[in-house]
Amino acid sequence: MISLLLRDLKLSVRAGGGALIGVLFFMTVVAVIPFGVGPDLNLLSRIGPAIVWIGALLSALLGLDRMFQTDREDGSLDLLLMQEHPLVLTVLVKCMAHWLGNGLPLVIASPLLGLFMNMNELAIGATMLTLLVGTPALTFIGAVGAAVAVALPRGGLLVSILVLPLAIPVLIFGVSASYAAVEDPAPFMPPFLILVAITMFFAVLGPVGAALALKNAGD
Amino acid sequence: MKVSDMRLMAENLSARRGQDLIFKDISFNLEVGESLVLTGRNGSGKSTLLRVVAGLLHPETGRVTWHSDAAESGMRAAEACHYLGHRNAMKAELSVFENLSFWKEFFGDFQGRKGVSVGEAADAVGLGGIAHLPFGYLSAGQQRRMAFAKLLVVHRPVWILDEPTAALDVNAEKVFSTLIKAHLAEGGIMLAATHQPLGLEHAKELRMTGFAGVMEDRW
Repeated sequence: MISLLLRDLKLSVRAGGGALIGVLFFMTVVAVIPFGVGPDLNLLSRIGPAIVWIGALLSALLGLDRMFQTDREDGSLDLLLMQEHPLVLTVLVKCMAHWLGNGLPLVIASPLLGLFMNMNELAIGATMLTLLVGTPALTFIGAVGAAVAVALPRGGLLVSILVLPLAIPVLIFGVSASYAAVEDPAPFMPPFLILVAITMFFAVLGPVGAALALKNAGD
Repeated sequence: MKVSDMRLMAENLSARRGQDLIFKDISFNLEVGESLVLTGRNGSGKSTLLRVVAGLLHPETGRVTWHSDAAESGMRAAEACHYLGHRNAMKAELSVFENLSFWKEFFGDFQGRKGVSVGEAADAVGLGGIAHLPFGYLSAGQQRRMAFAKLLVVHRPVWILDEPTAALDVNAEKVFSTLIKAHLAEGGIMLAATHQPLGLEHAKELRMTGFAGVMEDRW
């Protein structure tokens, strides 16, 4: 299982891997906002956490469809399915590798993009923390979509559309926790804990759903 | 050796492609050292039968079972099998060595019997010197040979080979048939779909007929 994690991590940073593409897309989305909105620093810092979260959500969706498709294209998926390891565990490990390769770089890049949006230290810290907790949920939800669409050519957009409705709660609680850290009356912990709960919930449900979809995807 | 009591049994297998039965009521019983060669036109269901035996497709009726002294009850037949499909299940971005060592670790040993090391496997298929190259740099024939080396790094009693000699030169075909004979001599079992003769003297042959044959039987 460790070997699968290491292999997928290696693949995500080698040529054609998704790690850098996701971060670049994230930067593009967030960097153009100040040009579009104009140099109103107060406005930028007010919408900052939301923009950073939306950018992260979109970039997380970008790489999802490749999670199982590359393995299917070269036949590796067949061999993964044949082994005695429980398939749920295999999928969980693939999700973790996918998050480490595609999600974690977004979290690491987010403070830099927070500066673009004129956010203060507290807001940047809160956004980074909520992204750290929330992006795994996006990967786990996305795994189900990626598994359902694994047999479809050019299923990328379909995966995004399938996954987006389920990803909305993550966005809502992620952004509201980030705001709560900055604005005084709103408490930070309730939305943050709900975000943690969403991630843990999908960490269990996502791999089970994805494994079920993969098992029945046989062409 | 105590491998003498292994058997791969298929009972009344039939499978569908779309609406139509592509084959029906296929039964066979393979014991230690035996091999079964599937022949027939393109589209006659050879690959489908192999995928059913490997557990990658659900059969319409019938079942595949694996019997051995050491097998815990309820063990899936697929776990005793190596499957070499049309696609090589190797990553073009990783080196041959990384590919083979990943599969070696991921597959794990089968009932205490170890495979050979990655270097020895590469030597056995005649490509010892180039295991450090990325898999994508190799020619189609070399890729096929390296995919075959995957069968050697981990021991599995049953080899399921789908067109193993596609894209190979005469020399490589000889290497393959030597390796297959060695596997059978050690108490292995092999199923192969092929158009070229593999040079096996005692192979059972199963002629697949596809839709037409099923229809003839019915009328």
